[in-house]
Amino acid sequence: MKKLKIVVLAKQVPDTRNVGKDAMKADGTVNRAALPAIFNPEDLNALEQALRLKDKIEGTTVHILTMGPGRAAEIIREAEYRGADGGYLLSDRAFAGSDTLATSYALACALRNLNADIIVCGRQAIDGDTAQVGPQVAEKLGLPQVTYVEEITDVTEDKITVKRRLERGFEVVECPVPCVLTVNGSAAPCRPRNARFVTRYKYARAAQELQGADEDSLKLIEERPYLKINEWSVNDITCNPEDLGLSGSPTKVKNIENVVFQAKEAKILDSSDEAIDAMMKELIVNHTIG
Amino acid sequence: MANFYTDNQDIKFQLGHPLMKKIVALKERDYAEALQYDNAPRNFEDAVDNYDRVLEIVGEISGDVVDPNAEGVDAEGPEVIDGHVRYASGTQQNIDIINQAGLNGISLPRKYNGLNFPITPFIMAAEVVARADASLQNIWGLQDCAETINEFASEEQKAKYLPRVCAGETCAMALTEPDAGSDLQAVQLKATYNEADGKWYLNGVKRFITNGDGNISLVLARSEEGTSDGRGLSMFIYDRASDAVKVRRIENKLGIKGSPTCELVFRNAPAELVGERKMGLIKYVMALMNAARLGIGAQSVGIAEAAYRQGLKYAQERLQFGKPIIEFPAVYEMLANMEAKLHGIRAILYETSRFVDMYKAYYHLSKERALDKAERDEMKYYQRLADIYTPMQKLFASEYANEISYDALQIHGGSGFMKDYPIQRYVRDARITNIYEGTSQLQVVAAIRGVTTGQYAKYIRDVYEKAEIAPEHECLRDALKKMTDKLEAATAKVMAADNVEYTDFHARRLVETAGYTIIGYLLLIDAQKCDKFLKSAEIFIKYGESKVAAHCAFIDSFDPSRLGIYRQA
Repeated sequence: MKKLKIVVLAKQVPDTRNVGKDAMKADGTVNRAALPAIFNPEDLNALEQALRLKDKIEGTTVHILTMGPGRAAEIIREAEYRGADGGYLLSDRAFAGSDTLATSYALACALRNLNADIIVCGRQAIDGDTAQVGPQVAEKLGLPQVTYVEEITDVTEDKITVKRRLERGFEVVECPVPCVLTVNGSAAPCRPRNARFVTRYKYARAAQELQGADEDSLKLIEERPYLKINEWSVNDITCNPEDLGLSGSPTKVKNIENVVFQAKEAKILDSSDEAIDAMMKELIVNHTIG
Repeated sequence: MANFYTDNQDIKFQLGHPLMKKIVALKERDYAEALQYDNAPRNFEDAVDNYDRVLEIVGEISGDVVDPNAEGVDAEGPEVIDGHVRYASGTQQNIDIINQAGLNGISLPRKYNGLNFPITPFIMAAEVVARADASLQNIWGLQDCAETINEFASEEQKAKYLPRVCAGETCAMALTEPDAGSDLQAVQLKATYNEADGKWYLNGVKRFITNGDGNISLVLARSEEGTSDGRGLSMFIYDRASDAVKVRRIENKLGIKGSPTCELVFRNAPAELVGERKMGLIKYVMALMNAARLGIGAQSVGIAEAAYRQGLKYAQERLQFGKPIIEFPAVYEMLANMEAKLHGIRAILYETSRFVDMYKAYYHLSKERALDKAERDEMKYYQRLADIYTPMQKLFASEYANEISYDALQIHGGSGFMKDYPIQRYVRDARITNIYEGTSQLQVVAAIRGVTTGQYAKYIRDVYEKAEIAPEHECLRDALKKMTDKLEAATAKVMAADNVEYTDFHARRLVETAGYTIIGYLLLIDAQKCDKFLKSAEIFIKYGESKVAAHCAFIDSFDPSRLGIYRQA
């Protein structure tokens, strides 16, 4: 089996899973400053699928491609801590204000530089929940795509076999390589950070992060090239500037509303004894009964 | 999304101890390895940052994976299939994820792919794991067997076995037999040298072997035919790959149920001699035991932390007579004492691990180059301290893990007696800590020399008593000075009888008196750097004072000629 070149598209997102009172600004937009920035959860599922191929096929490399400000390099380090070989930070003011169309355009342009065999990404990001970027990237590159991927079960020279999660079951499909896969949250969770990788990569930095850095840090990166996180600006990709950023983004936000859920949370149990036991236990522990 | 390291700043606090700087510099050979290995630290801050980051991984896995699995592991337990152990499914999942995170070979040298961390952060990791699942700490913590291989085995053996430990293979130490428990001199497992192939073979039975089916076992066996004492025993490495040892059964235990406690049958099992013949018990087991005792100390502190948190949470949430029960003096006093004891055993655990680190760092350095006189003296100084502190911390940590989990269950009332709450598991898990790797009674036997030779008192007087203490805390130091006076007076009184049995009779009282004083000082010294320990220092010193008073009153009023009435036929 020939070694594969895998690129994982990942996004740094505000952690919207545990929001407090100050999560939204008065104008209804996300208050990014109040929420910790994290690795988009489904992109971690995608990374795990990529790392499993790396474990299986010797010589396979996994790189992250992310678009964002300098601090987004943090998720490249996070991926390195888990076994990725490195990453590319696509960062430029020209990308600011991108909607999904402009984002996928910029990513597709960057991917043309990389010649990946397999491009994997999470199904959707928890800040926008659009699930558009992966499929749009595939379309722009003219590559086949498989969405809702739960597991890559096999890969050969020219095709990949994957299990897709559907609403009421799953299906197994084959797809020619190269291709784009978007991975579901129900896929295997990402492996933990590894002690040896953390101690190896903790000083990895992108150029923006090194602005104003002390001499010692600069020297270290000089001595250890693997600590340099590749940073690309608009000049490093072949693109039509008009299609980037705000000008390339046809999406216009008309109005933002706060929605308060009316229905109370419902819990559906299956009819197994275990499910009922678990429910009883929960009720006892939270003192609802007993 | 729980992290059992970052949610407990008291552990990280210990990384800030002034002695750490020297420990790390010695361990890292003044940071020379940074030129050779890409994950070696370049300076002290860099090293501590590595420990912190790796402990964060340990904390995350412990909080998010191991702790949620613990109840299932306790219920399911391991089983024997075709003479080998199959772990509970949760245990296997825990081990797999720990291996993915590369949390093995933490203290082993980098040339074997270890992380080369000192013992102190390794013990911190052990504490964090044990808080989530004490039984997993048994399996994972046995990587300290590799430390013994690293210390005493040949270069060839090290190169063969240590990288395997770093890659996640598990270990075991096979010492105990049906007739050789506390008294290991009675070990019978036979080691025979076969002249024809130049190999050793093991035959016999071992019992109560934790993780007995581990990949790499250190086995204590009788290599000298015709001998019957400790001088006929040698240490061997058995590799499970040779498949010559069968697990006959797994014990059904009260606690740490996820840890397979095995009865092993050796049938012509090929084994490699470690170090010198006849030194098995005298030298290598003692080293192994000391490391294991520190590990049990960590396990005890981990269980105590888990139990204290459960007790506190329940007391805050449980309403009776119209208010949370934590507001009743009977309950809050219990919790305050539990917290002070918990802080106390953590303080002595890491004090001990630092002494061990200093000694071990010099020991390994001495294998690379000759130490100068000052270095040799310092090595000996810390070795002696490690020797007397190891049993002391094991005694207090394990006894307090029991007391704290007992009280935490008491706070739960009837609910604590039910299997619905994890507290009953902590009580069951804690119960072994003051039994295995030497019972508390045997820790006293190991520690009493530190009392009778005056070593504890000397260290207290020379170091702790002279520590910088804020003027407003002088009253606490005065109380501790009085406790030290009492320790010396009681010791002198017992020694005056000039009777070994009489000293043994009072040994526990004397050792505990020294322990209360030491722990009181450690908390007071920590309180100089962190306010939160002041409360624990005050509460513990109060508690210790009353215990010391009781012990000394007993000794004072005891007529040595009345010892006979205690003897039982």
